[in-house]
Amino acid sequence: MGKKAKNTGESGGRASGLSRRDFLRGSAAAGALGGALLAGGEGAGAAVAAPRRLAGVELAGPGAVAMSFRINGKRRQASLEPRVTLLDALRDHLDLTAAKKVCDRGTCGACTVIVAGQAVYACSVLAIEAQGKAIETVEGLGGPDKLQPLQAAFVANDAQQCGFCTPGFVMAAKALLDRNPHPALADVHRALSGNFCRCGTYAGLRQAVLGTSRADAGAEDGGHG
Amino acid sequence: MQSFEYASPATVDQAVRLLAAEPGKSAVLAGGSDLLALMKDGVERPGLLVNLKAIAALRGLRSGGKEGLRAGALVTIDQLAADPGVRRDYPVLATAAGHVAGPQIRNVATVGGNLCQRPRCWYFRSGYGLVPQRDGKSMVVEGDNRYHAILGNEGPAYFVHPSTLSPLLIALGARVAVHGPRGEREIELAQLYRTPRRDGERELTLAPGEVVTALLVPPLAGRRAWSYEIRQRTALDWSLATAAVVLDLQENRVLAARVVLGQVAPVPWPAAAAEDLLRGQAADAIDAALAERAGEAAVQGARALSRNRYKIQLARVAVKRAVLAAAGQMAQSG
Amino acid sequence: MVEYNWPDAASRRLIGKRISRLDGPAKVSGAAKYTYDIQRPGMLHARALRCPHAHARVRKLDVSAAERMPGVKAVRVVHAEGAEIQWALDEVAFVAAVSEDVAEDAIRAIVVEYEVLPHFVNEERLEQAPKVNPGDEQTEGDPAGAMAAAAVRVKGTYGLPVVAHNCLEAHGHVCEWTGKEELSTWSSSQAVSGAAAQFAEGLAIPASNVRVVTQYMGGGFGSKFNIDSWGLECARLAKQAGAPVKLMLERDAELTVAGDRPSAFAHIEVGAAADGAITAWISDSWGSGGLGRAGSPPIPYVFQVPNRRHRHSSVPTHTASSRAWRAPNHPQACFLTLTAIDDLAAALKMDPLAVLRKNLALSGKLARLYGEELDVADRLMDWSQRWRQRGAATGVVRRGLGLSLHTWGGRGHDSNCDVSIYPDGTVSARISTQDIGTGTRTVMAIVAAETCGLPLEAVKVEIGDSRLPTSSASGGSTTVGGVSSATRRAAEDALAQLFAKVAPQLGAAASDLEAADGVVRVKAHPERRLPWRQAARALGVAPVTARGTNPGPGNLTNSGSAGVQMAEVELDVETGIVRVVKMVAVQECGLIIDLTTAESQVYGGLIMGISYALSEEKVMDPVTGRMLNVDFESYKLAGIGDVGELVVHMMTGPGYDDRGVIGLGEPPVISPGAAIANAVANAAGVRVPQLPLTPERVLDALAAAGSGRTA
Repeated sequence: MGKKAKNTGESGGRASGLSRRDFLRGSAAAGALGGALLAGGEGAGAAVAAPRRLAGVELAGPGAVAMSFRINGKRRQASLEPRVTLLDALRDHLDLTAAKKVCDRGTCGACTVIVAGQAVYACSVLAIEAQGKAIETVEGLGGPDKLQPLQAAFVANDAQQCGFCTPGFVMAAKALLDRNPHPALADVHRALSGNFCRCGTYAGLRQAVLGTSRADAGAEDGGHG
Repeated sequence: MQSFEYASPATVDQAVRLLAAEPGKSAVLAGGSDLLALMKDGVERPGLLVNLKAIAALRGLRSGGKEGLRAGALVTIDQLAADPGVRRDYPVLATAAGHVAGPQIRNVATVGGNLCQRPRCWYFRSGYGLVPQRDGKSMVVEGDNRYHAILGNEGPAYFVHPSTLSPLLIALGARVAVHGPRGEREIELAQLYRTPRRDGERELTLAPGEVVTALLVPPLAGRRAWSYEIRQRTALDWSLATAAVVLDLQENRVLAARVVLGQVAPVPWPAAAAEDLLRGQAADAIDAALAERAGEAAVQGARALSRNRYKIQLARVAVKRAVLAAAGQMAQSG
Repeated sequence: MVEYNWPDAASRRLIGKRISRLDGPAKVSGAAKYTYDIQRPGMLHARALRCPHAHARVRKLDVSAAERMPGVKAVRVVHAEGAEIQWALDEVAFVAAVSEDVAEDAIRAIVVEYEVLPHFVNEERLEQAPKVNPGDEQTEGDPAGAMAAAAVRVKGTYGLPVVAHNCLEAHGHVCEWTGKEELSTWSSSQAVSGAAAQFAEGLAIPASNVRVVTQYMGGGFGSKFNIDSWGLECARLAKQAGAPVKLMLERDAELTVAGDRPSAFAHIEVGAAADGAITAWISDSWGSGGLGRAGSPPIPYVFQVPNRRHRHSSVPTHTASSRAWRAPNHPQACFLTLTAIDDLAAALKMDPLAVLRKNLALSGKLARLYGEELDVADRLMDWSQRWRQRGAATGVVRRGLGLSLHTWGGRGHDSNCDVSIYPDGTVSARISTQDIGTGTRTVMAIVAAETCGLPLEAVKVEIGDSRLPTSSASGGSTTVGGVSSATRRAAEDALAQLFAKVAPQLGAAASDLEAADGVVRVKAHPERRLPWRQAARALGVAPVTARGTNPGPGNLTNSGSAGVQMAEVELDVETGIVRVVKMVAVQECGLIIDLTTAESQVYGGLIMGISYALSEEKVMDPVTGRMLNVDFESYKLAGIGDVGELVVHMMTGPGYDDRGVIGLGEPPVISPGAAIANAVANAAGVRVPQLPLTPERVLDALAAAGSGRTA
């Protein structure tokens, strides 16, 4: 990153980032060493620090800890530092790259996944907190040859151009339709207002989500008729 | 972001003890939508993150009766917007909550986090602090201040308070419960905020180790309220000016009025002059002309920086529209 | 002798129809792997230390602590002690480490000190610029004399700021050395063929040893023609570390250094006769595209006013170099010209639609197209019924109408396509081009399938790999023309080879055969036919392959498209907030290959245009020289609720289809700024002279005109 407060010599007056690492136990240098050693992959098993207890509560980290997730109905495990976001866990550790990293600050929607039934920004949730909750990503819907109706509606209405924002929009739309199968246009706008597209596919997106809703209504009518 | 230790206490007491154990090095994690972004930008660098979400006691939400609304700090903005009790007893609050950010944020952001979120000032977010100075001058005054304060801006702080809910809540007389090393206290929500006077001073009055645990809102009890936000995009955009107006109407007369502005000053800004103007008026005398005068009164003493003169107009209009909407004189939109 | 033409309208089965993009299912299921998604065994992650100052000298730099950190595999300094840095967030050093987090830890461990030097980043007020590079003056006729003689003259100053490309997939690469001088990369690129050459040149390795793959890329808009300094650094880090390295820019860097559109401001005077005929034009414009020269917008735009003088100056700023932003120079030229003409119409108390019609002859050979498009737009917006004089609207919330028009070249670029027909009947089309969202795969498949008389699914398309036949960059609306014509020629030639083999079986000359409806048949005797698969068996064991090139024989492509847009807005004069109620885009682009993706380009252009008209700008801090709005919260793109009703009408049929294929990516993004600003002027009664149309600018304009309401 190397930006903003870091290394600017602006806010802290010190140019070295190392000096700010003193929150880690021991010397600054040892702290830096410890943090890095525990960062997964490097020298496996070399530094499994005993968890510290503070005020009667067991602490996790700063090194990697074993985590367990329920993603798209499957149990997945990974050893991750507490600082790893759900988005980085999915993309870099669990090979689920549909959720995209764009702003990484919870302002664009490209990383939208569904956690416990609700659309959330995966970049703004720590992986450690997402344990034990049902996590849904686009990979859990239909594959290219077995698209679900919502996905098929995205294709039919060309609700994507470069496609980089698409998985986020699909999940935001799914979260809407899961709760409200027959949304009005205003509901669609509201549900998709946390996502941005740069190519400009909003017209197709409106049609895709409303179209899925209508197709669904048609199927229901048929079922009851 | 920098690495940290992570704790997930089960009780408020544990959380408070954790925070007190390493003062200055710990941060409270609720929804995380603000804190994690600040940590990624290096603006916040906690060594210990105390996650509150395992504390069931902070999740309660109840509305109604003489006690009014009590929302645990972990109640999400979406819950606040959707809760049948809140919608019944505080429709204006539910509506305002439903306008916060976008759906993904409302789903995780909490009441406590909304009230304690850090300012959006781009100098602050870029790592220059809340009272950014260069060569003895304010970077905000010398720089781009199009979103900065028009009131309470005698310096050195020029950022604006970010919450769009706090002006309304303050106008409604809300209080917050605060837990800390010395136990629990309850303060008026307005008392949670202050204007920093020097670098390093926080904009919240919380003592080290203290956590907001609940929001308490007295019953509307016949008061009429509205909150009007002016923002450019329809969603996921910050308000440029917010005005909350609460009118206590008794026998067709305004017994008391509260007018609180947001996004115009480093703290939610009570507009006493506008309140004075409205107090004692006959309810049916509240028309566009009076509302306009209230707006005028609310921005008395406003001072424009180089790029934010327009915000004085926006604050004025927000007050006018909130007054009219609260009085039932115009469509309650915005 | 093969003739290269597009099939006539009656026989087109696929061309011009609505066909869903072929890679849609991959994108909507997450199966599409972008550069950012590539994971390689042992892959490292790179991060940069970036300078927070717009202009500085590196006084001290010590990377030793970073180098010593466990998990750090390579550190490279690009601006050593003593080096001068010319824009904020330029890279000082790179680190490659086992994870992004460790790379960031290492960046934080670098000790750096800067000597801060004076900077200049705000070019809006020309008189404040420390340096101006004046351009040449272009003069036609007698502008001063014609201006003096004009019945009506209007003068104004207009402008639009620097805006960012802000591609959702950041710029970046994954680099992996597969041999001592053999490099494979996955690059988020608009120029796969060119990227390979750039890597080879920059790294001084044989070009034949570089392979660049771009199967999917998340937006470019003109900012991804080069591999950039960080592309080479990524390769060097990988070499140094002995492992693959992924280097993707973070959003603040993406917004600050990875591409933007130059600003443009202008003092303009226009003169006209009382009937609205424009007779004189005098303008002085300036803008910034970084330290170098910015492009010069073609002003006056579209209308070649008989007496005109124009000069454009570049203002150097301490910002990264601007890049081609969708329709380079045109959105600026269009906004500056069409707003001035709109002000002229207001001064004449004429309907601007009438003024444009009156002056269409000045647009040259596109006049007929504009005329027809204006008629269609008039109908779709119900303009003539609803238009009122500027300022006629009253009340707090006011409606207004505005319009604009635009042009673009868009001739197909250099492309080579190999089409193979295999003995089992399968067909493949291969170009080392890329899909930047255009629908490149779909276009190639449509053309190959149409030519071979086969269903779409029968064609396998391969793109996005520098080992495939060379193609130019996807820029300037050149891809669809380039790949469709190359594919057409290749498919025709491959068919000719097949026909030569099949002809004896059908007892006819190869030149008498045609492929249609899944058979190969004799044109004059359609009953003499072979099913496609059976015909293909005549090839024996080896496929036939033909190379099609563009440019090439036949009239398959053209350039010079025309488009018209109208906007209806709602303006709150108390808050200055503008909402787009409706946009109408009428666009032609010659022969349309895929109507679905063509319309998507126009929708996309409209939306991108609404976004820069209303809310986009790079906010450059005068104090630090940094861009202040480096996330999506403050760099404001339009959201789905901000774009209103969108009506897209493609001009097709005789007079259009027969022009040949013309590119479409740029045109629709050119007009929205002018159309929306003109609608705002119509509603407000005053000109808001500068984009974006924020509450601040709208209220300032209303206040300056004394027509603002105090609440």
